[in-house]
Amino acid sequence: MTAGAAPGKQPPESRPPIRVALPYHLRNLAHIEGDVLLDVATPATIRAVLDALEARYPMLRGTIRDYETGQRRAFLRFFACAEDISLASPDAALPQAVTSGEEPLLIIGAIAGG
Amino acid sequence: MSSVRVLVGTHKGAFVLSADGKRKDWKVEGPFFAGWEIYHLKGSPADPNRLYASQTSGWFGQVMQRSDDGGKTWHQPGVPAGQAPAPGPPTALPNKFKYDVSPETGKPLTTHQWYDGTQHPWEFKRVWHLEPSLTDPDTVYAGVEDAALFRSTDGGENWNELSGLRGHGTGPRWQPGAGGLGLHTIILDPTNPKRIYIAISAAGAFRTDDGGATWKPINKGLRSPYIPDPNAEVGHCVHHVAMHPARPDVLFMQKHWDVMRSDDAGDNWHEVSGNLPTDFGFAIDVHAHEPETLYVVPIKSDSEHFPLDGKLRVYRSRKGGNEWEPLSNGLPEKDCYVNVLRDAMAVDKLDDCGVYFGTTGGQVYASSDSGDSWAPIARDLPAVLSVEVQTLQ
Repeated sequence: MTAGAAPGKQPPESRPPIRVALPYHLRNLAHIEGDVLLDVATPATIRAVLDALEARYPMLRGTIRDYETGQRRAFLRFFACAEDISLASPDAALPQAVTSGEEPLLIIGAIAGG
Repeated sequence: MSSVRVLVGTHKGAFVLSADGKRKDWKVEGPFFAGWEIYHLKGSPADPNRLYASQTSGWFGQVMQRSDDGGKTWHQPGVPAGQAPAPGPPTALPNKFKYDVSPETGKPLTTHQWYDGTQHPWEFKRVWHLEPSLTDPDTVYAGVEDAALFRSTDGGENWNELSGLRGHGTGPRWQPGAGGLGLHTIILDPTNPKRIYIAISAAGAFRTDDGGATWKPINKGLRSPYIPDPNAEVGHCVHHVAMHPARPDVLFMQKHWDVMRSDDAGDNWHEVSGNLPTDFGFAIDVHAHEPETLYVVPIKSDSEHFPLDGKLRVYRSRKGGNEWEPLSNGLPEKDCYVNVLRDAMAVDKLDDCGVYFGTTGGQVYASSDSGDSWAPIARDLPAVLSVEVQTLQ
Protein backbone atom coordinates (compact mmCIF):
# COMPACT_ATOMS: atom_id res chain seq x y z
CA MET A 1 0.00 0.00 0.00
CA THR A 2 1.27 3.45 -0.79
CA ALA A 3 0.49 6.72 0.93
CA GLY A 4 -0.99 9.00 -1.74
CA ALA A 5 -0.21 12.56 -2.67
CA ALA A 6 -1.99 15.30 -0.76
CA PRO A 7 -5.56 15.56 -2.07
CA GLY A 8 -6.44 18.63 -4.08
CA LYS A 9 -2.86 19.44 -4.94
CA GLN A 10 -1.40 19.25 -8.42
CA PRO A 11 2.23 18.32 -8.75
CA PRO A 12 4.26 21.43 -9.63
CA GLU A 13 4.84 21.76 -13.36
CA SER A 14 2.77 18.62 -13.81
CA ARG A 15 5.68 16.63 -12.51
CA PRO A 16 4.77 13.30 -10.98
CA PRO A 17 5.10 13.06 -7.22
CA ILE A 18 8.50 12.15 -5.82
CA ARG A 19 8.66 8.77 -4.15
CA VAL A 20 10.42 8.57 -0.77
CA ALA A 21 11.27 5.33 1.00
CA LEU A 22 11.56 5.76 4.77
CA PRO A 23 13.11 3.44 7.34
CA TYR A 24 10.75 1.15 9.25
CA HIS A 25 10.76 3.16 12.47
CA LEU A 26 9.93 6.42 10.74
CA ARG A 27 7.08 4.80 8.84
CA ASN A 28 5.76 3.57 12.17
CA LEU A 29 6.16 6.96 13.76
CA ALA A 30 4.20 8.62 10.96
CA HIS A 31 1.63 5.80 10.76
CA ILE A 32 2.26 5.16 7.09
CA GLU A 33 2.88 2.06 5.05
CA GLY A 34 4.98 1.78 1.94
CA ASP A 35 6.63 4.65 0.12
CA VAL A 36 5.49 8.24 0.47
CA LEU A 37 4.47 10.22 -2.60
CA LEU A 38 5.20 13.91 -2.25
CA ASP A 39 4.46 16.93 -4.37
CA VAL A 40 7.69 18.87 -4.16
CA ALA A 41 8.41 22.44 -5.09
CA THR A 42 10.78 23.15 -7.93
CA PRO A 43 13.71 22.78 -7.94
CA ALA A 44 13.38 19.34 -6.44
CA THR A 45 16.21 18.99 -3.96
CA ILE A 46 16.77 16.98 -0.81
CA ARG A 47 15.90 20.06 1.21
CA ALA A 48 12.66 20.54 -0.74
CA VAL A 49 11.74 16.87 -0.32
CA LEU A 50 12.35 16.99 3.44
CA ASP A 51 10.41 20.25 3.72
CA ALA A 52 7.47 18.63 2.00
CA LEU A 53 7.79 15.44 4.04
CA GLU A 54 7.86 17.27 7.37
CA ALA A 55 4.98 19.53 6.36
CA ARG A 56 2.86 16.49 5.59
CA TYR A 57 4.09 14.42 8.54
CA PRO A 58 5.04 16.87 11.29
CA MET A 59 5.80 14.00 13.65
CA LEU A 60 8.95 13.42 11.61
CA ARG A 61 10.38 16.85 12.36
CA GLY A 62 13.76 16.46 13.97
CA THR A 63 14.07 12.75 13.20
CA ILE A 64 15.90 13.03 9.86
CA ARG A 65 17.70 16.35 10.20
CA ASP A 66 18.46 18.68 13.04
CA TYR A 67 15.75 21.19 13.89
CA GLU A 68 18.09 24.13 13.96
CA THR A 69 20.89 23.42 11.52
CA GLY A 70 19.07 21.22 9.06
CA GLN A 71 22.05 18.87 9.22
CA ARG A 72 21.36 15.22 8.38
CA ARG A 73 21.38 12.99 11.44
CA ALA A 74 24.62 11.08 11.68
CA PHE A 75 23.22 7.56 11.34
CA LEU A 76 21.06 8.31 8.30
CA ARG A 77 22.05 8.35 4.65
CA PHE A 78 20.33 9.43 1.44
CA PHE A 79 20.51 7.28 -1.69
CA ALA A 80 19.16 7.88 -5.19
CA CYS A 81 19.61 5.67 -8.25
CA ALA A 82 22.02 3.45 -6.32
CA GLU A 83 24.23 6.41 -5.47
CA ASP A 84 25.00 7.79 -2.05
CA ILE A 85 24.00 11.45 -2.16
CA SER A 86 24.26 11.98 1.58
CA LEU A 87 27.17 14.36 1.28
CA ALA A 88 25.77 16.32 -1.64
CA SER A 89 24.46 19.79 -1.02
CA PRO A 90 20.89 19.70 0.25
CA ASP A 91 20.19 22.23 -2.47
CA ALA A 92 21.55 20.14 -5.32
CA ALA A 93 18.98 18.95 -7.84
CA LEU A 94 17.91 15.35 -7.44
CA PRO A 95 18.50 12.94 -10.33
CA GLN A 96 15.92 13.05 -13.08
CA ALA A 97 14.88 9.46 -12.39
CA VAL A 98 13.86 10.53 -8.89
CA THR A 99 12.08 13.70 -9.92
CA SER A 100 10.20 11.74 -12.57
CA GLY A 101 8.98 9.30 -9.93
CA GLU A 102 10.74 6.43 -11.62
CA GLU A 103 13.18 5.85 -8.75
CA PRO A 104 12.63 6.52 -5.05
CA LEU A 105 14.72 8.70 -2.81
CA LEU A 106 15.93 6.27 -0.16
CA ILE A 107 16.42 7.40 3.43
CA ILE A 108 18.34 4.62 5.07
CA GLY A 109 19.47 4.06 8.64
CA ALA A 110 22.84 2.60 9.51
CA ILE A 111 22.71 -1.14 10.04
CA ALA A 112 22.32 -2.16 13.67
CA GLY A 113 23.85 -5.29 15.03
CA GLY A 114 26.93 -7.26 14.20
CA MET B 1 -11.33 -0.71 44.42
CA SER B 2 -7.84 0.65 44.04
CA SER B 3 -5.57 -0.56 41.30
CA VAL B 4 -1.99 -0.14 40.27
CA ARG B 5 -0.40 0.73 36.96
CA VAL B 6 3.33 0.16 36.56
CA LEU B 7 4.98 2.10 33.73
CA VAL B 8 8.11 0.40 32.49
CA GLY B 9 10.60 2.01 30.12
CA THR B 10 12.99 -0.41 28.44
CA HIS B 11 15.79 -0.51 25.95
CA LYS B 12 13.33 -1.56 23.24
CA GLY B 13 9.96 -0.05 24.09
CA ALA B 14 7.52 0.75 26.89
CA PHE B 15 5.25 -1.61 28.79
CA VAL B 16 2.27 -0.99 31.04
CA LEU B 17 1.70 -3.56 33.79
CA SER B 18 -1.58 -3.34 35.66
CA ALA B 19 -3.27 -5.15 38.52
CA ASP B 20 -6.03 -4.63 41.05
CA GLY B 21 -5.24 -3.71 44.63
CA LYS B 22 -4.32 -7.27 45.51
CA ARG B 23 -1.40 -7.04 43.09
CA LYS B 24 -1.42 -10.76 42.36
CA ASP B 25 -2.54 -11.02 38.75
CA TRP B 26 -0.78 -8.74 36.33
CA LYS B 27 -1.71 -7.77 32.82
CA VAL B 28 1.17 -6.77 30.55
CA GLU B 29 0.49 -4.38 27.66
CA GLY B 30 3.08 -3.39 25.10
CA PRO B 31 5.54 -2.96 23.68
CA PHE B 32 4.64 0.61 22.91
CA PHE B 33 7.16 2.38 20.63
CA ALA B 34 8.70 -1.01 19.89
CA GLY B 35 12.37 -0.89 19.05
CA TRP B 36 12.98 2.55 20.59
CA GLU B 37 14.73 3.33 23.85
CA ILE B 38 12.21 4.55 26.38
CA TYR B 39 14.29 6.21 29.04
CA HIS B 40 11.31 7.23 31.15
CA LEU B 41 7.55 7.51 31.24
CA LYS B 42 5.51 8.95 34.04
CA GLY B 43 1.92 9.89 34.85
CA SER B 44 0.57 13.23 36.00
CA PRO B 45 -0.41 13.29 39.69
CA ALA B 46 -3.12 15.78 38.71
CA ASP B 47 -4.62 13.55 36.01
CA PRO B 48 -3.61 9.90 36.07
CA ASN B 49 -4.73 9.40 32.48
CA ARG B 50 -2.14 11.90 31.31
CA LEU B 51 1.17 10.15 30.72
CA TYR B 52 4.36 11.45 29.19
CA ALA B 53 7.08 9.31 27.60
CA SER B 54 10.57 9.97 26.32
CA GLN B 55 11.23 7.98 23.15
CA THR B 56 14.77 8.10 21.83
CA SER B 57 16.95 6.53 19.20
CA GLY B 58 20.55 6.86 18.11
CA TRP B 59 19.26 7.06 14.54
CA PHE B 60 16.29 9.37 14.82
CA GLY B 61 16.87 11.42 17.95
CA GLN B 62 14.35 12.51 20.54
CA VAL B 63 10.60 12.05 20.22
CA MET B 64 8.13 13.03 22.92
CA GLN B 65 4.95 11.04 23.38
CA ARG B 66 1.80 11.72 25.39
CA SER B 67 -1.19 9.65 26.31
CA ASP B 68 -4.48 11.11 27.47
CA ASP B 69 -6.11 7.77 28.19
CA GLY B 70 -3.82 6.08 30.65
CA GLY B 71 -1.49 4.60 28.07
CA LYS B 72 -3.96 3.00 25.68
CA THR B 73 -3.12 5.39 22.86
CA TRP B 74 -0.22 7.77 22.35
CA HIS B 75 0.62 10.72 20.16
CA GLN B 76 3.26 13.37 19.87
CA PRO B 77 1.89 16.43 21.70
CA GLY B 78 0.24 18.80 19.26
CA VAL B 79 0.79 16.40 16.39
CA PRO B 80 -2.12 13.97 16.44
CA ALA B 81 -1.74 11.07 14.07
CA GLY B 82 -4.17 10.80 11.18
CA GLN B 83 -4.94 14.51 11.04
CA ALA B 84 -3.68 16.80 8.35
CA PRO B 85 -1.49 19.53 9.83
CA ALA B 86 -2.95 23.01 9.90
CA PRO B 87 -1.60 25.34 7.23
CA GLY B 88 1.11 27.76 8.21
CA PRO B 89 4.08 27.43 10.51
CA PRO B 90 3.76 24.65 13.09
CA THR B 91 2.66 25.70 16.54
CA ALA B 92 3.80 22.52 18.24
CA LEU B 93 7.42 21.39 18.17
CA PRO B 94 7.31 18.65 20.78
CA ASN B 95 10.68 17.12 19.87
CA LYS B 96 12.60 20.38 19.91
CA PHE B 97 14.89 21.05 22.85
CA LYS B 98 16.89 24.17 22.17
CA TYR B 99 19.37 25.40 24.72
CA ASP B 100 19.16 29.05 25.66
CA VAL B 101 21.96 31.36 24.63
CA SER B 102 23.33 34.34 26.47
CA PRO B 103 20.87 37.22 26.09
CA GLU B 104 23.81 39.64 26.07
CA THR B 105 26.05 38.02 23.49
CA GLY B 106 23.80 35.57 21.67
CA LYS B 107 26.50 32.95 22.23
CA PRO B 108 26.19 29.67 24.15
CA LEU B 109 25.58 30.22 27.84
CA THR B 110 28.46 28.07 28.95
CA THR B 111 30.56 25.04 28.20
CA HIS B 112 31.11 21.90 30.26
CA GLN B 113 34.12 19.74 30.91
CA TRP B 114 34.72 16.89 28.47
CA TYR B 115 36.16 13.54 29.49
CA ASP B 116 39.67 14.72 28.62
CA GLY B 117 39.37 17.88 30.67
CA THR B 118 38.84 20.26 27.76
CA GLN B 119 35.79 22.48 27.54
CA HIS B 120 32.99 21.20 25.33
CA PRO B 121 29.82 22.79 23.97
CA TRP B 122 26.42 21.62 25.19
CA GLU B 123 24.84 19.19 22.72
CA PHE B 124 21.33 17.86 23.17
CA LYS B 125 21.10 14.07 23.05
CA ARG B 126 17.96 12.83 24.80
CA VAL B 127 15.45 13.26 27.61
CA TRP B 128 16.39 11.13 30.60
CA HIS B 129 13.58 11.96 33.01
CA LEU B 130 10.10 13.47 32.88
CA GLU B 131 8.49 14.97 35.96
CA PRO B 132 4.87 16.07 35.57
CA SER B 133 3.65 18.95 37.73
CA LEU B 134 1.91 17.99 40.95
CA THR B 135 -1.05 20.21 40.12
CA ASP B 136 -1.28 20.90 36.37
CA PRO B 137 -1.45 18.05 33.84
CA ASP B 138 -0.14 20.34 31.08
CA THR B 139 3.01 21.30 32.92
CA VAL B 140 5.88 18.85 32.83
CA TYR B 141 9.63 19.09 33.40
CA ALA B 142 12.26 17.27 31.38
CA GLY B 143 15.78 16.46 32.50
CA VAL B 144 18.00 16.09 29.46
CA GLU B 145 21.48 15.09 28.31
CA ASP B 146 23.64 17.21 28.00
CA ALA B 147 22.39 18.25 31.39
CA ALA B 148 19.71 20.90 31.44
CA LEU B 149 16.18 21.33 32.72
CA PHE B 150 13.33 22.09 30.33
CA ARG B 151 9.67 22.79 31.04
CA SER B 152 6.53 22.59 28.97
CA THR B 153 3.34 24.32 30.05
CA ASP B 154 1.25 23.22 27.08
CA GLY B 155 1.15 19.49 27.50
CA GLY B 156 4.50 18.83 25.90
CA GLU B 157 3.89 20.71 22.64
CA ASN B 158 6.74 23.14 23.22
CA TRP B 159 9.70 23.15 25.61
CA ASN B 160 11.72 25.96 27.12
CA GLU B 161 14.91 25.73 29.10
CA LEU B 162 15.14 26.88 32.70
CA SER B 163 18.60 28.13 31.89
CA GLY B 164 19.36 29.63 35.29
CA LEU B 165 20.57 26.14 36.16
CA ARG B 166 23.17 25.86 33.42
CA GLY B 167 24.03 29.50 33.62
CA HIS B 168 24.57 29.92 37.34
CA GLY B 169 28.33 29.58 37.01
CA THR B 170 29.48 26.06 37.77
CA GLY B 171 28.70 24.65 34.31
CA PRO B 172 32.34 24.59 33.14
CA ARG B 173 33.08 22.17 35.99
CA TRP B 174 30.35 19.68 35.12
CA GLN B 175 31.58 16.57 33.39
CA PRO B 176 29.80 13.58 31.89
CA GLY B 177 29.76 10.28 33.71
CA ALA B 178 30.30 7.13 31.73
CA GLY B 179 26.63 7.19 30.73
CA GLY B 180 26.68 10.83 29.67
CA LEU B 181 26.06 14.23 31.24
CA GLY B 182 22.47 13.54 32.17
CA LEU B 183 20.01 15.40 34.36
CA HIS B 184 18.25 12.36 35.80
CA THR B 185 16.46 13.44 38.96
CA ILE B 186 13.75 16.07 39.32
CA ILE B 187 11.93 16.41 42.64
CA LEU B 188 9.10 18.90 43.11
CA ASP B 189 8.45 20.07 46.66
CA PRO B 190 4.74 19.48 47.36
CA THR B 191 4.67 22.17 50.04
CA ASN B 192 6.56 24.84 48.14
CA PRO B 193 5.89 25.23 44.41
CA LYS B 194 8.96 27.44 44.07
CA ARG B 195 11.35 24.72 45.24
CA ILE B 196 12.77 22.09 42.88
CA TYR B 197 15.66 19.70 43.39
CA ILE B 198 17.58 18.22 40.49
CA ALA B 199 20.62 15.98 40.18
CA ILE B 200 23.17 15.46 37.42
CA SER B 201 25.85 12.87 36.70
CA ALA B 202 28.54 13.99 37.21
CA ALA B 203 27.90 17.43 38.59
CA GLY B 204 25.86 16.85 41.73
CA ALA B 205 22.62 18.08 43.22
CA PHE B 206 21.14 21.55 42.80
CA ARG B 207 18.15 23.43 44.21
CA THR B 208 16.03 26.37 43.20
CA ASP B 209 13.84 28.26 45.64
CA ASP B 210 12.35 30.65 43.10
CA GLY B 211 10.68 28.35 40.60
CA GLY B 212 13.75 27.73 38.49
CA ALA B 213 15.11 31.23 37.93
CA THR B 214 18.18 30.81 40.12
CA TRP B 215 19.94 27.69 41.34
CA LYS B 216 22.66 26.69 43.73
CA PRO B 217 24.72 23.53 44.20
CA ILE B 218 23.75 21.52 47.28
CA ASN B 219 26.64 19.11 47.64
CA LYS B 220 28.19 20.04 50.99
CA GLY B 221 29.14 16.88 52.81
CA LEU B 222 29.49 14.73 49.71
CA ARG B 223 32.92 13.18 49.51
CA SER B 224 34.19 11.54 46.33
CA PRO B 225 37.82 10.36 46.67
CA TYR B 226 37.97 9.47 42.98
CA ILE B 227 37.75 13.11 41.78
CA PRO B 228 40.56 15.67 42.05
CA ASP B 229 38.96 17.54 44.96
CA PRO B 230 36.99 14.99 46.98
CA ASN B 231 34.97 17.75 48.66
CA ALA B 232 34.34 19.83 45.55
CA GLU B 233 31.31 22.08 45.30
CA VAL B 234 30.36 20.32 42.04
CA GLY B 235 31.61 17.29 40.13
CA HIS B 236 30.09 14.50 42.23
CA CYS B 237 28.45 11.58 40.51
CA VAL B 238 25.05 11.62 42.14
CA HIS B 239 23.06 8.63 40.92
CA HIS B 240 19.63 9.35 42.34
CA VAL B 241 17.81 11.33 45.03
CA ALA B 242 14.54 10.47 46.77
CA MET B 243 12.18 12.37 49.06
CA HIS B 244 9.07 11.51 51.05
CA PRO B 245 6.38 14.07 50.23
CA ALA B 246 5.44 14.49 53.89
CA ARG B 247 8.98 15.63 54.72
CA PRO B 248 10.26 17.61 51.77
CA ASP B 249 13.35 18.88 53.59
CA VAL B 250 14.66 15.34 54.10
CA LEU B 251 16.48 13.93 51.10
CA PHE B 252 18.13 10.58 50.53
CA MET B 253 20.81 10.11 47.90
CA GLN B 254 22.46 7.15 46.26
CA LYS B 255 25.77 8.58 45.16
CA HIS B 256 28.20 6.68 42.93
CA TRP B 257 29.54 5.26 46.16
CA ASP B 258 27.82 6.21 49.46
CA VAL B 259 24.22 6.49 50.53
CA MET B 260 23.68 9.99 51.88
CA ARG B 261 21.04 11.90 53.82
CA SER B 262 20.18 15.56 54.22
CA ASP B 263 17.81 16.97 56.82
CA ASP B 264 17.98 20.55 55.63
CA ALA B 265 16.87 20.49 52.00
CA GLY B 266 20.28 19.50 50.73
CA ASP B 267 22.31 22.22 52.42
CA ASN B 268 24.29 19.57 54.29
CA TRP B 269 24.67 15.84 53.71
CA HIS B 270 25.93 13.01 55.87
CA GLU B 271 26.58 9.41 55.04
CA VAL B 272 24.09 6.73 56.10
CA SER B 273 25.60 3.72 54.32
CA GLY B 274 26.03 2.03 57.70
CA ASN B 275 26.18 -1.75 57.42
CA LEU B 276 25.45 -2.03 53.69
CA PRO B 277 27.67 -4.72 52.14
CA THR B 278 28.54 -2.28 49.35
CA ASP B 279 27.28 1.27 49.11
CA PHE B 280 27.64 1.55 45.35
CA GLY B 281 24.31 1.53 43.56
CA PHE B 282 21.89 3.48 41.44
CA ALA B 283 18.31 3.25 42.72
CA ILE B 284 16.94 4.60 45.99
CA ASP B 285 13.38 5.18 47.14
CA VAL B 286 11.29 5.88 50.23
CA HIS B 287 8.31 3.92 51.58
CA ALA B 288 5.00 5.62 50.77
CA HIS B 289 3.82 5.81 54.41
CA GLU B 290 7.00 5.55 56.46
CA PRO B 291 9.32 8.48 55.74
CA GLU B 292 12.20 6.78 57.55
CA THR B 293 11.98 3.56 55.55
CA LEU B 294 14.37 3.47 52.60
CA TYR B 295 15.23 1.01 49.89
CA VAL B 296 18.44 0.60 47.92
CA VAL B 297 19.85 -2.14 45.72
CA PRO B 298 23.56 -2.53 46.48
CA ILE B 299 25.72 -3.16 43.42
CA LYS B 300 29.18 -4.63 43.72
CA SER B 301 31.24 -1.76 42.36
CA ASP B 302 31.61 0.95 39.75
CA SER B 303 33.30 -1.49 37.39
CA GLU B 304 31.19 -4.54 38.22
CA HIS B 305 27.59 -3.45 37.82
CA PHE B 306 25.89 -6.48 39.33
CA PRO B 307 24.87 -7.65 42.80
CA LEU B 308 27.37 -9.06 45.25
CA ASP B 309 27.94 -12.80 44.97
CA GLY B 310 25.25 -13.17 42.32
CA LYS B 311 22.51 -12.61 44.93
CA LEU B 312 19.95 -9.96 44.05
CA ARG B 313 18.95 -8.22 47.26
CA VAL B 314 17.12 -5.07 48.15
CA TYR B 315 18.28 -3.50 51.39
CA ARG B 316 15.82 -1.71 53.62
CA SER B 317 16.44 0.68 56.45
CA ARG B 318 13.57 1.50 58.79
CA LYS B 319 15.65 4.09 60.61
CA GLY B 320 16.41 6.55 57.86
CA GLY B 321 19.70 4.87 57.03
CA ASN B 322 22.73 3.40 58.79
CA GLU B 323 20.96 0.21 59.87
CA TRP B 324 20.05 -1.91 56.86
CA GLU B 325 18.50 -5.36 56.45
CA PRO B 326 18.71 -7.53 53.34
CA LEU B 327 15.44 -8.45 51.63
CA SER B 328 15.80 -11.59 49.59
CA ASN B 329 12.54 -13.53 49.86
CA GLY B 330 11.55 -14.24 46.28
CA LEU B 331 14.65 -12.70 44.69
CA PRO B 332 17.37 -14.69 42.91
CA GLU B 333 19.77 -16.22 45.41
CA LYS B 334 22.47 -17.21 42.96
CA ASP B 335 23.88 -16.55 39.50
CA CYS B 336 22.20 -13.18 39.17
CA TYR B 337 24.30 -10.57 37.40
CA VAL B 338 21.82 -7.88 36.43
CA ASN B 339 21.87 -4.19 37.29
CA VAL B 340 19.10 -1.97 38.63
CA LEU B 341 19.30 1.48 37.08
CA ARG B 342 18.68 4.77 38.81
CA ASP B 343 15.10 5.38 37.69
CA ALA B 344 14.07 1.73 37.89
CA MET B 345 12.57 1.67 41.40
CA ALA B 346 9.24 3.04 42.60
CA VAL B 347 6.61 2.58 45.30
CA ASP B 348 2.82 2.54 45.22
CA LYS B 349 0.56 4.23 47.79
CA LEU B 350 -1.68 1.35 48.79
CA ASP B 351 -2.03 0.65 52.52
CA ASP B 352 0.46 -2.18 52.27
CA CYS B 353 3.06 -0.24 50.38
CA GLY B 354 4.14 -1.87 47.15
CA VAL B 355 7.76 -1.64 46.05
CA TYR B 356 8.83 -2.28 42.45
CA PHE B 357 12.08 -2.43 40.58
CA GLY B 358 13.26 -3.47 37.14
CA THR B 359 16.53 -5.02 36.05
CA THR B 360 18.77 -4.87 33.04
CA GLY B 361 17.88 -8.53 32.60
CA GLY B 362 14.29 -7.58 31.83
CA GLN B 363 12.65 -8.64 35.07
CA VAL B 364 10.28 -6.43 37.02
CA TYR B 365 10.00 -7.49 40.66
CA ALA B 366 7.21 -6.37 42.97
CA SER B 367 6.57 -6.59 46.67
CA SER B 368 3.12 -5.94 48.10
CA ASP B 369 4.33 -6.04 51.71
CA SER B 370 6.89 -3.25 51.94
CA GLY B 371 9.68 -5.49 50.69
CA ASP B 372 9.28 -8.54 52.93
CA SER B 373 8.60 -10.77 49.92
CA TRP B 374 9.03 -10.36 46.19
CA ALA B 375 7.80 -11.90 42.98
CA PRO B 376 8.47 -11.14 39.33
CA ILE B 377 5.53 -9.48 37.60
CA ALA B 378 7.32 -9.56 34.24
CA ARG B 379 10.27 -11.80 33.52
CA ASP B 380 11.51 -11.38 30.00
CA LEU B 381 11.27 -7.75 28.95
CA PRO B 382 14.12 -5.88 27.27
CA ALA B 383 16.58 -4.27 29.68
CA VAL B 384 14.59 -2.07 32.05
CA LEU B 385 15.57 1.59 32.11
CA SER B 386 12.81 3.00 34.32
CA VAL B 387 9.90 2.00 36.52
CA GLU B 388 7.15 4.30 37.73
CA VAL B 389 3.94 3.42 39.56
CA GLN B 390 0.51 4.96 39.53
CA THR B 391 -1.92 4.15 42.34
CA LEU B 392 -5.41 4.49 40.91
CA GLN B 393 -8.70 4.79 42.77
